[in-house]
Amino acid sequence: MNPPTERILNDTIVAEIKAYFPRYPTRQAVTLPALHVVNRHLRYVPLAAVVEIAALLELHPADVQDTLSFYGFFKQDAPHGETRAWVCRSIACALRGGEEVLEHLCHKAGIAPGQTTPDGKLTIEVAECLGACEFAPCLLAGDIVHKDLTIEQADVFLSQL
Amino acid sequence: MPDFEPVLLANIGKPESHTLKAYEAAGGYRALKQMLKEKTPLDVVELVKSSNLRGRGGAGFPCGLKWSFLPKDHPGPIYMCVNADESEPATFNNRILMEQDPHQMLEGTILGCYATRASTAYIYLRYEYPQALNRLEAAIAECYAQGYLGKNILGTEFSLDIYVHRGAAAYICGEETGLIESLEGKRAWPRIKPPFPAVEGLFRKPTVVNNVETLCCVTHIAARGADWFKSIGVPSDPNNPRDPGSYGPKLYCISGHVNKPGCYELPLGVTCGELIDRHGGGVWKGRKAKAAVPGGISMGLLTAAEFDCPLDFAGPGRYGCLGLGTAAVTVLDETVSIVDFLHNTTRFMAHESCGQCTPCREGTAWALRLLERIKAGKGRLADLDLILEIGDNIGIIPGTTICGLADGAAWPMKNSIRKFREEFEQHIKGTNPGGYMVTEAVRALQVIKVH
Ligand SMILES: Cc1cc2nc3c(=O)[nH]c(=O)nc-3n(C[C@H](O)[C@H](O)[C@H](O)COP(=O)(O)O)c2cc1C
Ligand code: SF4
Ligand code: FES
Repeated sequence: MNPPTERILNDTIVAEIKAYFPRYPTRQAVTLPALHVVNRHLRYVPLAAVVEIAALLELHPADVQDTLSFYGFFKQDAPHGETRAWVCRSIACALRGGEEVLEHLCHKAGIAPGQTTPDGKLTIEVAECLGACEFAPCLLAGDIVHKDLTIEQADVFLSQL
Repeated sequence: MPDFEPVLLANIGKPESHTLKAYEAAGGYRALKQMLKEKTPLDVVELVKSSNLRGRGGAGFPCGLKWSFLPKDHPGPIYMCVNADESEPATFNNRILMEQDPHQMLEGTILGCYATRASTAYIYLRYEYPQALNRLEAAIAECYAQGYLGKNILGTEFSLDIYVHRGAAAYICGEETGLIESLEGKRAWPRIKPPFPAVEGLFRKPTVVNNVETLCCVTHIAARGADWFKSIGVPSDPNNPRDPGSYGPKLYCISGHVNKPGCYELPLGVTCGELIDRHGGGVWKGRKAKAAVPGGISMGLLTAAEFDCPLDFAGPGRYGCLGLGTAAVTVLDETVSIVDFLHNTTRFMAHESCGQCTPCREGTAWALRLLERIKAGKGRLADLDLILEIGDNIGIIPGTTICGLADGAAWPMKNSIRKFREEFEQHIKGTNPGGYMVTEAVRALQVIKVH
């Protein structure tokens, strides 16, 4: 592999990661915060970013990749959509139509869970219990929980993207 | 029974309940000031010990006792981890506490750190709680500005920093040693115990892990005393000197097929039926209940005939469930297929197994494949015994796994099939009339068992 000609992590990202250093006695503990910082900026964490994170944290890239790959959370091949919708399929939501909402959203958007629409607007993810079961069925998009979803409200959600 | 005056939820729903101003106006941080002025750390440990407060995170371990396991005269640092990973399906009380009254939890955390001489606390917050993140960050900043956090808190020798650490959507990070590994930047593989975190935990230092609601209880025990706490709930069994009882208020979550899903604060020991009918507004659509999850799906299943089960630390165990768990009740109405229920819970556990122990990783995935086959109309009666065999053999209780996730996977299997066997058999016979008696797979398993 040729060495990358351009850095993936710009100065802002690097500064945000370094701001976590004083919080922990080890650099390795900054792994998850660093992955979140990169993911917030780039919407994914490509392998080249893993290498740069590792250098910052004085780790082997494999250490960072090992942790990253444990969580099904960080995409590596391509960025997730502008909106990443986490649709709950766990018990309280499933009892009130959560799986139907998920099915409907995927059908309408023309993608399977984990995929992104071709226009890059939406990624649909299957979620386990979002801890908002009193509002079942629900989905989380950005900072917002969309509550008590019906098929109609799922359509409204899609139309407002 | 007179209606219970909420304590943990007292501020919830009031305007600006998440701000320091509102919290202090309601008497907040008075207990902290008093404790720091008048009591030694050891006094606070003794106070919490004498309250018999048991952990609200699922295991119900006595909180003061856990704190007293820390090594004496340790040079430090000692760490506190606040377990805010709340991922047990059907559980959401920690979210409400953090979003709407973060200072209540922070006061308990500061008190807990004072008692245990911890100098840094990490709040391990699940990723899916962005609103709680915002509220906690703001509340922590208010505490630093007010001198409740930082160096020499309120002019004493006691210093403390609190940081929020975000998870990445993995249930196993709620298991206390999985949490510690995750915080250290590694994959969240639970550790073999001993050593327990109190002896060797985060960054190999003595560590206390406590649930959000547990720490909120500490705040009120400091403010009102141990006797007040012990005036609520179910007393210890006089015939069992080691039973710590089930004292104090508890946040019960109700979800699923009820009219009023929500979080209700009640004395420990309310029955499942009373919770559903009096607080949850009864079963929805005028239907009857078929079953309910007593405390998060890991705890198993109560049939409608078992709704007299008291939801205290000892109750669900007497009805064949794993325990009280998170006291999150999910109601299944009469139209729900228990096959679907078990498929849903097993899928969750198979997805969330960290993969470290073979019985858990393979057992949950195998049971899920069997349930998928049953749902697809290709089930065999022998599959039920196979699932039960898996359920009886994975977990800490049979001694085959490192952490309790596997027990939480096993209990829904065992309870669903043992309590609703007839329904499973009907489903299998009805959907697979030509093949339900086939048994080859069972012979194969018996061969494997020779080893
Ligand atoms: C698979 C698994 C998941 C758990 N998830 C949580 C959780 O999300 N929150 C929590 O407080 N405790 C959870 N626990 C329990 C913790 O291991 C630990 O007992 C608890 O945080 C201790 O705090 P407490 O004594 O204040 O209850 C989990 C346990 C297991 C086995
Ligand atoms: S029991 Fe399951 S979740 Fe727990 S450590 Fe073993 S494999 Fe991981
Ligand atoms: S089950 Fe969907 S939010 Fe809890």
